[in-house]
Amino acid sequence: MVSGFPESEAHLSWGRVHRARHRIARPSSPEAAEVALARRGELSVLPFGRGRSYGDSCLNPGGLLIETRGLDRLLAFDAARGILRAEAGVSLADLLDTLVGRPAPGGGVWCLPVSPGTRFVTLGGAIANDVHGKNHGIAGSFGRHVRAFTLLRSDRGRLECTAERNAELFRATIGGLGLTGLILEVTLELQRVDGLLLEVEDVRFDDLEGFYRLARESAGWTYTVAWVDCLARGRSLGRGIFSRARHLPSGIGTVERPRPPRFSVPFTPPVTPLGRTTLTAFNALILGRLGPAGRRVRTLPWHRFLYPLDSIGAWNRLYGPRGFWQYQCVVPPGEAPRAVARLLETIAHSGQGSFLAVLKTMGPLPSPGLLSFPMEGTTLALDFPNRGSATLELLARLDRIVLEAGGRLYPAKDGRMPVDVFRAGYPNWQRFADHVDPAFSSAFWRRVGNVDERTPAMRGAR
Amino acid sequence: MSGRTVAIFGATSAIAEQVARRFAVRGSRFFLVARDPTRLERIAADLAIRGAASVHTHSADFDEPAALEPMLEAMERAVGLPEIVLVAFGTLGDQAAIARDVEAVRRSLTTNFSSPACLLSALAEKMERAGRGLVAVITSVAGERGRASNYVYGSAKAGLSTFLEGLRQRLAPSGVQVLDIRPGPVDTPMTREIGRGGPLLASPERVAGDIERAIDRRRALLYTPWFWRWIMLVIRAIPEPIFRRLRL
Repeated sequence: MVSGFPESEAHLSWGRVHRARHRIARPSSPEAAEVALARRGELSVLPFGRGRSYGDSCLNPGGLLIETRGLDRLLAFDAARGILRAEAGVSLADLLDTLVGRPAPGGGVWCLPVSPGTRFVTLGGAIANDVHGKNHGIAGSFGRHVRAFTLLRSDRGRLECTAERNAELFRATIGGLGLTGLILEVTLELQRVDGLLLEVEDVRFDDLEGFYRLARESAGWTYTVAWVDCLARGRSLGRGIFSRARHLPSGIGTVERPRPPRFSVPFTPPVTPLGRTTLTAFNALILGRLGPAGRRVRTLPWHRFLYPLDSIGAWNRLYGPRGFWQYQCVVPPGEAPRAVARLLETIAHSGQGSFLAVLKTMGPLPSPGLLSFPMEGTTLALDFPNRGSATLELLARLDRIVLEAGGRLYPAKDGRMPVDVFRAGYPNWQRFADHVDPAFSSAFWRRVGNVDERTPAMRGAR
Repeated sequence: MSGRTVAIFGATSAIAEQVARRFAVRGSRFFLVARDPTRLERIAADLAIRGAASVHTHSADFDEPAALEPMLEAMERAVGLPEIVLVAFGTLGDQAAIARDVEAVRRSLTTNFSSPACLLSALAEKMERAGRGLVAVITSVAGERGRASNYVYGSAKAGLSTFLEGLRQRLAPSGVQVLDIRPGPVDTPMTREIGRGGPLLASPERVAGDIERAIDRRRALLYTPWFWRWIMLVIRAIPEPIFRRLRL
């Protein structure tokens, strides 16, 4: 056994297309993490949180994964100012169970400042991908709410990073895909909200024009997101449902606590049930739910609105043994309406409908990271069952549209973007590369950043 | 559910920490003992934020006989006599290495049998006098059959289970319950070190949930996850001439 680390079964990322064997370390204290890093020998290293990245950015084939799930202690909480210090393996789900909803002095309750579409991610992962949420317009990306973190480097030991101290490393680590070192501890600023119940309004829109009109009219809403019918073409192109939500004052009703998924997909079906027929039926059902008025108002607990998919455990297995590809891009505001229309047209023509197509506008608040994905514009997220080269060719066509519009793709969801697409989307990539820890690497980084010959390349997507 | 007074011996073990979190949410008061003071401090901070009413820590080596008395004095100063005692320390170790090293056999038997038995004897005295409380001890399904792959560890745990059975009988009249917790393989740093895996590996979170429930219901014996009760029923029934040839 190399370096005495146990070898894992093939590790899968969330899209289930990429899989690879690794050596595994699972430290349960920062000191144990230091020992693991020191004992790495010739292995390249990558931190691994909960494996919710879809592609190959959380994998390091043949290398060492330092799993952070054992680094999950809350270290200090300033209840007056909502400032939390915690180990980096703490999950957002854990914070929802413990701190979210605690009364804030002067009224209201504490809440996560920004949350992605699943609560099963770690603080370290939220920083490494500079995640964003449905409140991007008012809150910006996750990294904006991170005050400090302790980074463990193979060459410099432990470093405390803030916007002032080790400032370049701070900016490189936010959105840095775990490549700049292992985050041990995080200081996060929570957000005060009125309460954990949301007023939610769903509004149908008939085309992309309608989407942008609703987006403009929703300035007074904290959370916005839209679902788009990818099968619609011609005059209906870009039709869907716009959802917007805002916090109701606390005390209006009781808020149920988030529960573990009641249903979990127990195994991978040999053939995915998410085909074109089910998709057509699904879309008709969803659009029909709003009735003739095309509008409905509901009251929902915060977590039910933010994490609809978290109620089904291991939903990614529904895409069958071949897995699925995620595709998320953002295009700048000026180009967005035309580019999004072209993207949707291309997908509709391909006949490879996406089950989940999510459209969102991102606000002008700048993201702090050198490699942060969020920027002002419109973001479109889709997933496609993996049909081999047909799917890859479609995604390559989408790449060109995004590139021409001056947009970029989200590394957390990517397992295939070509080098030129990455470098065009992230003009700071070389500045970032200077901060990559010499002992750290990932399949993603070997693909788009620098090519490192020490460890074998990803055994191809199936 | 309301807060309790809980003393945990071996508080940095992965299972013990998860049990502590469950009782912290309920507003319990804690006395935690483990060898590593740095890790204890982190766990104490964590439990306090999660809702513990108070957390006291004490660092000591359980295999050091002279450490026992000060440990129990510290406990009584901190929380008095606890309602719940959890004994969770132990070492699995690499059987192949242990079997060839007499000193390692001695250490394993000490940590997994003699030390907890001595600690429990001292605690039993106090709890019997008080006439209340519950003692929960983590043993193992490995104690039910001796296997080539871990019989040193297994026999120590078997001894501990027998000790608990007797202790339960002794304490029954005074109203003190003794809970023997027999987990199957759990995904912890202890099992990870020797590269064990497989589909039957349970998470410490799941095992901790079972332990909390068994404590609340004042049960005497817990297999966790539940299916180990039935697996062990079968394994115990295998006749010796056949068992000898098996590689389990």
